[in-house]
Amino acid sequence: MDYFLSEEQKMIVDTARQITNEYIIPHRAALDEQDKFPREILNAMAQADLFGIPVPEEFGGFGGGCLDIVLALEQLGRGCIGVGTAFAASSLGIYPILQAGSQEMRERYLPDAAAGKKFAAFGLTEANAGSDASGIQTTAVLDGDEWVVNGTKQWITNGGEAQIYTIVAITDRSKGPRGASMLVVEEGDPGFSCGPKEKKMGIRASSTTELIFKDCRIPQDRLIGRKGTGFITIMKTLDSSRPGIAALGLGLAQAALDEAVCYAKQRIQFGKPIIAFQAVQHMLADMAIQLEAARALVYGAARHIDAHPHNMSKVSSMCKVFATDMAMKVATDAVQVMGGYGYMREYPVEKMMRDAKILQIYEGTNQIQRNVVGQELNKEYARASVNG
Amino acid sequence: MNIIVCIKQVLDAKDVHLDPVTNNLVREGVPSIMNPYDHYAVEEAVRLRELLGGKVTVLTMGPPQAEEVLRQAVSCGADHGVLVSDRAFAGADTWATSYTLAMAVQVIEAFDLILLGKQAIDGDTAQVGPSLAMRLGVPYVTCVQKVREASDSGLILERMMDDGYDLLAVDYPVLLTVVKGINQPRVPSLKGKMRAKTMEMRKLSAADIGADPLCIGLPGSPTQVEKVFSPPVRSQGTVFTGSLDEQIDQLVDSLKPYL
Repeated sequence: MDYFLSEEQKMIVDTARQITNEYIIPHRAALDEQDKFPREILNAMAQADLFGIPVPEEFGGFGGGCLDIVLALEQLGRGCIGVGTAFAASSLGIYPILQAGSQEMRERYLPDAAAGKKFAAFGLTEANAGSDASGIQTTAVLDGDEWVVNGTKQWITNGGEAQIYTIVAITDRSKGPRGASMLVVEEGDPGFSCGPKEKKMGIRASSTTELIFKDCRIPQDRLIGRKGTGFITIMKTLDSSRPGIAALGLGLAQAALDEAVCYAKQRIQFGKPIIAFQAVQHMLADMAIQLEAARALVYGAARHIDAHPHNMSKVSSMCKVFATDMAMKVATDAVQVMGGYGYMREYPVEKMMRDAKILQIYEGTNQIQRNVVGQELNKEYARASVNG
Repeated sequence: MNIIVCIKQVLDAKDVHLDPVTNNLVREGVPSIMNPYDHYAVEEAVRLRELLGGKVTVLTMGPPQAEEVLRQAVSCGADHGVLVSDRAFAGADTWATSYTLAMAVQVIEAFDLILLGKQAIDGDTAQVGPSLAMRLGVPYVTCVQKVREASDSGLILERMMDDGYDLLAVDYPVLLTVVKGINQPRVPSLKGKMRAKTMEMRKLSAADIGADPLCIGLPGSPTQVEKVFSPPVRSQGTVFTGSLDEQIDQLVDSLKPYL
């Protein structure tokens, strides 16, 4: 389908596609087998300006919007969502600075992030705070002109590989949700370290570690925005970033569908290619239908977000749920179409199936996304009944 | 450091075929690409500029649409593009081409280094590089597989040979032709593509470069292509079946008419 992309957007697609075809696909199996962080691939992406897409031009970026980053991530997802996650997490890490950072802070961090010279990470999740962000234990206390941070973040993508970490910490517990603030921690700050790499089911090219803060002292001006605005910044960040995760799902599903169709055309059983059997055809057709429906929703949501509406949570959550549930289903069905071959590591679809699962879990589980959609409906219809 | 890279637009070899009746190349619907070897030359030039400073100018001779490969080179990091284009250049062989490029190079500016791919995938002659060096009166090294060291005073190079490589030290000015694998060409950057889209390419005609009409195009080309043809299609052959003895009998029977 033609989604009427601009010249610039077509350029982004072409560039990300070339990176995917030349740098990611030939190496994805090895990165997965070896749990290897894709440093060289990220360097190639940096050289091609992909890291600059979400960064304003005044800081050396491309000044792109949500749809621009979605288009890039969809292509990267076609190759490997482990690599795509490492890239996406770096964008996620700088979003709080983009959204709420002071001009001085933006000037300090964004040019290096746009050039891909420094990677970023976003630190929210803790052992007792995942879906329920109010359970955050990490604290930041002002001591003279320094913040002293204590606590441990868990499952942080790009942990140990990033140089810039945007984290949330409680700065005033008595104020509840308004007592959380976001701060920038840099690699090498005293008292800050990363745990060992977690062993994961999928997206094994990405690095996932704990972030450990033991009396970590950072300058006062590392506070992002005003004190107590941490949750608002997080919500805005995640609303903008979720379509990117949906886009990884689109790419993964496209790759799984491509593999399944090519296989079904070649695999001969009972004297015919199996694509000639209606049972297989209908599976492939459903995969394609679901994928295209998800793509239309994700692009639509991204365009909606690019129009800077007052509230974007609902569409952002909707597209994340729909596209990632679809990706899991399509990847599973691709393995089914390919039968025993699909289950073998020799073919890429078993990795896609393992990888797809995380899409339904991270950046807010799909159950939490449905909560968001449900709550938004509740609010909308309350207004509707008042307004008639 | 002023570097000139001579590049060529060619038909994508994957899609090239001859019209069975006229024996002419079928150009309709066949995509044009930058000669693959030239990608490596552009990349090496950009790397040397990043190392030593200066600028990279890409130069091509061809029809107006050859401007596309200049834009592609700019998206990969080249600074300027020059298109030498004139109807009078049509039908040029390697002799006339190297004359034309040499005249153009002299118009463009002083250079320290000229780079080319070792050959183009259409003619496959590998003659234009050395011929251009001869006309400009500069030394040349063909089939460079690695630039080991680069400084403002010269280069240390590996020249690919059948049984290894030659290690050479060269001063500027010099002309090099490069082989596949000298580097991994970068993916064109978004900013490079944006710049390439709007950049004005310098255009030079035969008059602009002061070319002698007898030295360019068909009149300047000692090589004339008399005929181009596809090799005849070989028949499928005959497959004998049955036991080995039966197959031998069939083979002997089939050969008898030729005895």
